[in-house]
Amino acid sequence: MRQTLASVASVPLTLFGLILVTFLIGRAMPIDPVIAIAGDHAPPDVIARVRTELGLDKPLPVQFAIYMGQLLHGNLGNSVMTSHPVTEDIARFFPATLELATVAIIIAILVGVPLGVIAAWRQGSRFDHVVRVVSLAGQSVPVFVLGLVCLLVFYAKLGIAPGTGQIDVAYEGMVPPITGMLVLDAALEGDWDSFWNAGSHLVLPSLVLAYFSMAYITRMTRAFMIESLAGEYIVTARAKGLSATRILWRHAFGNIAVRLVTVLALAYAGLLEGAVITETVFSWPGIGLYLTGSLLNADMNAVLGATLVIGLVYLVLNLLADLAYRLLDPRVR
Amino acid sequence: MTALSSFLSRDWLLSETPSSRTHAAWVRRYRGWLQFRGNGLAMVGLITVIVMIVASLAAPLLAFQDPSTQDLAGRLAPPSAAHWFGTDELGRDIYARILYGGRVTLGMVVAVVLLVAPIGLAIGCVAGYFGGIVDRALMRLTDVFLAFPRLVLALAFVAALKPGITSAVIAIALTAWPPYARLARAETLTVRNTDYVAAVRLTGARSGRIILRHIVPLCVSSVIVRVTLDMSGIILTAAALGFLGMGAQPPMPEWGTMIASSRAYILDQWWVPTIPGIAIFVASLAFNLLGDGMRDVLDPRQR
Repeated sequence: MRQTLASVASVPLTLFGLILVTFLIGRAMPIDPVIAIAGDHAPPDVIARVRTELGLDKPLPVQFAIYMGQLLHGNLGNSVMTSHPVTEDIARFFPATLELATVAIIIAILVGVPLGVIAAWRQGSRFDHVVRVVSLAGQSVPVFVLGLVCLLVFYAKLGIAPGTGQIDVAYEGMVPPITGMLVLDAALEGDWDSFWNAGSHLVLPSLVLAYFSMAYITRMTRAFMIESLAGEYIVTARAKGLSATRILWRHAFGNIAVRLVTVLALAYAGLLEGAVITETVFSWPGIGLYLTGSLLNADMNAVLGATLVIGLVYLVLNLLADLAYRLLDPRVR
Repeated sequence: MTALSSFLSRDWLLSETPSSRTHAAWVRRYRGWLQFRGNGLAMVGLITVIVMIVASLAAPLLAFQDPSTQDLAGRLAPPSAAHWFGTDELGRDIYARILYGGRVTLGMVVAVVLLVAPIGLAIGCVAGYFGGIVDRALMRLTDVFLAFPRLVLALAFVAALKPGITSAVIAIALTAWPPYARLARAETLTVRNTDYVAAVRLTGARSGRIILRHIVPLCVSSVIVRVTLDMSGIILTAAALGFLGMGAQPPMPEWGTMIASSRAYILDQWWVPTIPGIAIFVASLAFNLLGDGMRDVLDPRQR
């Protein structure tokens, strides 16, 4: 219990460090925000005034205090690119990432976990080797290459998948945003044409992303299962004459389920990273596309805001993984 | 003569009763090598890595064209005898650019590792050795850097430093050290209270000397395994930074950058962006296979 409290208590400190790092990155930027606002040819007194308005004439610790104050009010500044507050932008872009990552993790779990279990059961068999190679390939293939090749094959050559984006242009703006997740919104609206169209757009990017984390999930499942299958209670279960299926799923798998939950939470968090690249390849309007777009436009507030939000989500998921492990596993409790 | 031949024989290397500490170490290494050699996939990885290193070093000898010579009349040509992998959007020979790109990629990997391993070792060993407030402060710092997805933090760093290959290396290194620090700390904790460290301390050795001479050497082997497994991650991050326009800048022949600049041609001249993609995949897979095999040999618990 004390351990659990300690891991919760460390979050604010880590969060503070996270904010400090993004703040310092922002101040180290080669782009002068004053010039960006006032323009190259602004007279010196205008530059001085803008500098004072932005609080850039104050010492660094004071600037950090102001930045923290703004954060506490949920203010991440305005984006130069979209001219909206960064928080609004992120609220608009984030659901698309959530949608993509959630579908991807579900696919990855449904495929990855059984593969890992069977590979462990038949350790050293041909099946085990194939699974090993397939998952190593998944860890080795750059997500953007896989995405481009999938687009080439399934969209351009075979014509069985739609192109980039979240929905066909013809359907754009038809579904009023409720949750921001287009497929879900279309279903809630009962707009089935939009639903199928948006759903078909989701297939390729989520499969690419799923393969990215499936490799990790399969690998960990296999390792856990091998350890679990070596336990003495498995020998006992076999001696009792239980069926293989029952031993495998109820006895061996039941014992690793908790540890697996941790792995799955971490894999879900890891998808944020894959999403940045997948979204760029598929023009998927999520936070990754927002981040890379802002980077190319040197839109600092947007970059730092997106980085901070991604860091925060990552932190929370990691914490949940940790808590799940501590609360669910009696051996740790 | 007999001494030398017995030194080099298999019997000497497989001896059950080693005659000295060096002998025992060689027996252990040779056994490890035999086990490694028996793993077909790991050998494929090792050979691919060696071929890649040799091909990159010998790029000027192996390439028939200069990687940056443009030929706008012969742009986007399919693979042929003159251009094994075809030409890119500016008529440059893709085969030559892949070879030279290997230099950039492997160079970045080496640079990152040279930065990361000492930083991670230093922080981890110091934290583990001193414990207490030093440990807590350093581990908190490690947690902060672990709290970001690696690529996202690297992107933010590169944006702060201005895009380029040096910034990319620094950014990847800044995001890659925390696991090494944790590893080194864990190893340090196991030896910190051993008798031999106490003995060294009794002789009056200062903390710096104890850490450098007696603790760091013990952490090195696990760090090496970790480095090998990390190589593919570094290759992928470097390529992703290049692809997103934040790493190596054109016209430098870097694989990720090559894909980014030829992305538009994927539908009609698919080989132009696909070939560098295959190069990244092969490089990364080779290091994964190699690292996997090495872990099997060096860390039997994982099997």
